[in-house]
Amino acid sequence: MTTIPVLTLLTIVLCAGILIGGLLAVLLDSMVSAVISAGLASLFASVVYVVLAAPDVAMTEASIGSGLTTMIFLYAIRKTQNNISTDKAEDEE
Amino acid sequence: MIKRMFIFIMLALMAFIFFNLASNYTESDSLSKLGQYYVEKGPQEIGAPNLVTAVVVTYRGLDTLGEVTVLFISAAGVGLLLRRSRRKQDEQTKKSDITHKAASEIVETATELLLPMIILFGIYVFMNGHLSPGGGFQGGAIIASGTMFLLLALPESHLSRLMIAVTESLSGFSYVVVGVLGVIWAGGFLDNRFMELGTYGDLFSAGAIPLIYTFVGLKVGFELSAVLDRFRQEESGSA
Repeated sequence: MTTIPVLTLLTIVLCAGILIGGLLAVLLDSMVSAVISAGLASLFASVVYVVLAAPDVAMTEASIGSGLTTMIFLYAIRKTQNNISTDKAEDEE
Repeated sequence: MIKRMFIFIMLALMAFIFFNLASNYTESDSLSKLGQYYVEKGPQEIGAPNLVTAVVVTYRGLDTLGEVTVLFISAAGVGLLLRRSRRKQDEQTKKSDITHKAASEIVETATELLLPMIILFGIYVFMNGHLSPGGGFQGGAIIASGTMFLLLALPESHLSRLMIAVTESLSGFSYVVVGVLGVIWAGGFLDNRFMELGTYGDLFSAGAIPLIYTFVGLKVGFELSAVLDRFRQEESGSA
């Protein structure tokens, strides 16, 4: 039996994390949770980049993919949901 | 039903493409000819210990200029799309003073402590782009994360639109000017060798790379901050 190197194992676990994050982002009903899990997938991806010796890409992924994009999505969701709720209120009136 | 079939066919096609890619993949144990050239000649020609930076800023400098342009256009697009409703919102703000929900004390205190460090780290990352991992884009994104913290902790704070616009335009313009200087005094557009290469591994070495990355970092940082600010203003205005 061959032993699996630690780095390979780590990569597999992290990639599973990316997959789970991505699946959750698609499957979750709550928009906010979906955005957070997409950010989580990005975070896992950035760690994978570090493991695969690409720290430059990892920095970009961590700050833009999991930080700024999540934030902009959250702002956008809040904005659109506000609109929907005010529209509904106006309809009811 | 037809829609289901269509999705299924698309999935099958995707699987086919990726199966071909994955099954033909073999790990290469040597660099390609181009990679070999970069590794052998890069340190002497460009003088940057971080080879990624040498490739991104100089060998493929035009691509980086394209990326900066793409980011600029998307930031401008966000500004344009969110502009019309902002006028409406200004009227609303005048009519009734909107009170922002204040952040918790923990967030506020943490931001006060961390914000200077985050900004400093961003500056460090783009100043040392030619020595350590990172560069203009990464540094700019880190600075924008600092802005994000600021906007989260102090919802009342206002970023100066004028300052953002002036810094962004000036650094973008200077980036292109540095590129043109490379045409005049060195081998071509965005050639870093019109300045002295200096000692290999020093902070001010590798020709114009620290200069270029400073401009890129400032531009990206202020651009992303502006995008965040636009989204926030929209959101707080309608709340």
